[in-house]
Amino acid sequence: MRQLPVIFQRELASYFATPLAYVFIVIFLVLSGVFTFYLGGFFESGQANLAPFFNFHPWLYLFLVPAIAMRLWAEERKSGTIELLMTLPITRFEAVTGKFLAAWAFAGLALLLTVPMVVTVNYLGEPDNGAIVTGYLGSWLLAGAYLAIGSCMSALAKNQVIAFILAVSVCFLFIVSGFPMVLDGFSGWAPQWLVDAVASLSFLTRFDAISKGVIDLRDLLYFLTLIAAWLAATAVVIDLKKAD
Amino acid sequence: MIEINNLTKRFAQHCVVDSLSFRVQPGEVLGFLGPNGAGKSTTMKMLTGFLAPSAGSASILGFDIQKDRLKAQRQIGYLPEGAPCYGDMSVRSFLEFIAAVRGFRGAEKRERVARAVAQVELEKVLEQSIETLSKGFKRRVGLAQAILHDPRVLILDEPTDGLDPNQKHQVRKLIKSLAHDKIVIISTHILEEVTAVCTRAVVIAHGKLLADGTPLELESRSRYHQAVTLVAEEPLDQVALAALPGVAGVEENALEHSLSVLAKPGQVIFPQVNALIAQHGWKVKELNVERGRLDEVFRSLTRGELV
Repeated sequence: MRQLPVIFQRELASYFATPLAYVFIVIFLVLSGVFTFYLGGFFESGQANLAPFFNFHPWLYLFLVPAIAMRLWAEERKSGTIELLMTLPITRFEAVTGKFLAAWAFAGLALLLTVPMVVTVNYLGEPDNGAIVTGYLGSWLLAGAYLAIGSCMSALAKNQVIAFILAVSVCFLFIVSGFPMVLDGFSGWAPQWLVDAVASLSFLTRFDAISKGVIDLRDLLYFLTLIAAWLAATAVVIDLKKAD
Repeated sequence: MIEINNLTKRFAQHCVVDSLSFRVQPGEVLGFLGPNGAGKSTTMKMLTGFLAPSAGSASILGFDIQKDRLKAQRQIGYLPEGAPCYGDMSVRSFLEFIAAVRGFRGAEKRERVARAVAQVELEKVLEQSIETLSKGFKRRVGLAQAILHDPRVLILDEPTDGLDPNQKHQVRKLIKSLAHDKIVIISTHILEEVTAVCTRAVVIAHGKLLADGTPLELESRSRYHQAVTLVAEEPLDQVALAALPGVAGVEENALEHSLSVLAKPGQVIFPQVNALIAQHGWKVKELNVERGRLDEVFRSLTRGELV
């Protein structure tokens, strides 16, 4: 565990070594503004809450978060540095988790930069700041789940673009798994427990609950388990594919 | 000591390393020779714990690379093929990262980095990002990260590949200076390197061990071992030379009036040849006894012509 912070630091610094970090933050801030004020009707709704802001996060993240995750392992494999990293005396857990946490911290940083939104809504009315805090927590957990999926896809593909597309596809499946159009496809033949299981995998229902201020331990566990499972899958994939 | 027992690696059905076994003692510089695709890099990847062997085992100073991976890896300094580094980092921050992963902190970390930098002469490019460096410098950065923790085992995959003659000389000098009481394994397909730095050479092809000995022993397996090469000002009497006792044959060289007189295995023919020259009064410009040609041994070994 001693080397985890070292891996974390290097990875986080590498985001800022290229323009990627700044481009990402700018695009994230502009898009979340556009979604909140134009598509979400922040002013028109006349309510002092950040629902219009959080509601779009699952969709906003669908394309932005895989962009942060795509380089995590694909880059290492392409440049051959994975051989360097994996022959240093660190455990798989340290490598996978350290890199993931760096990406997650970076996503958290981008999210924190939207604090002016909180200031605005507090200036305009009297929002439930507790719900806003849980909204941020939910949004960050959601980003973590997307990142963990992205990390695994990045380990799977040597090419970053393919890693990106794979991650978007899998994340999309996790969003829509609670939608009637998906569930209808199962309800015809599958037993009810399977339909329920598929429905319960959806990011949206979990995220909605947290972003409305309801913290259910099961929702937290859902996100944390999902992250842990995808990271474990990342470690397995790396062991299988590192030599290619 | 490094102990390799029946180390095997199969990819799909293709056997890349085929039950390789040998040992390396401290103080030895082992040259790992073989044509491209012989399994040199794959063997090194297994020794450093990057790849898991399909069968067999390897232990580094008593630590099994599979069961005690981290302990074994702490003993190893490894330069992977092509010396991959994080291109967007500066030389200094990259080496500090490696030092931190190796468990050094604070003043000791800075001292380790400074020493490695001095050993491979990287002072001038310390603040440059690695991707902007020339090939020679990149290779040296790779070497610096490998020797940073003063490992007892150094595994270097083609350390001089793509370097100019001066840089090659420098790297070889460095390896020699480090070799004392360490175990060094270098892979190469440059044969002069073996005679220049190695105390022992192992030849493999198709994943199998073909020869194992000192560079001198390998050279003595050449047809040219103890051969006498002459360059004269006039035509030489080939029949008389071939008739000398101990002579296996005479070969004409590309140069005019130049012959190589080959010795039978275990025979020394220089005195006889010299006497014949004196007897005929040939005007000989050049005369030398060959130690053997390593490239010739290498070729015949790896093509299966000589065992």
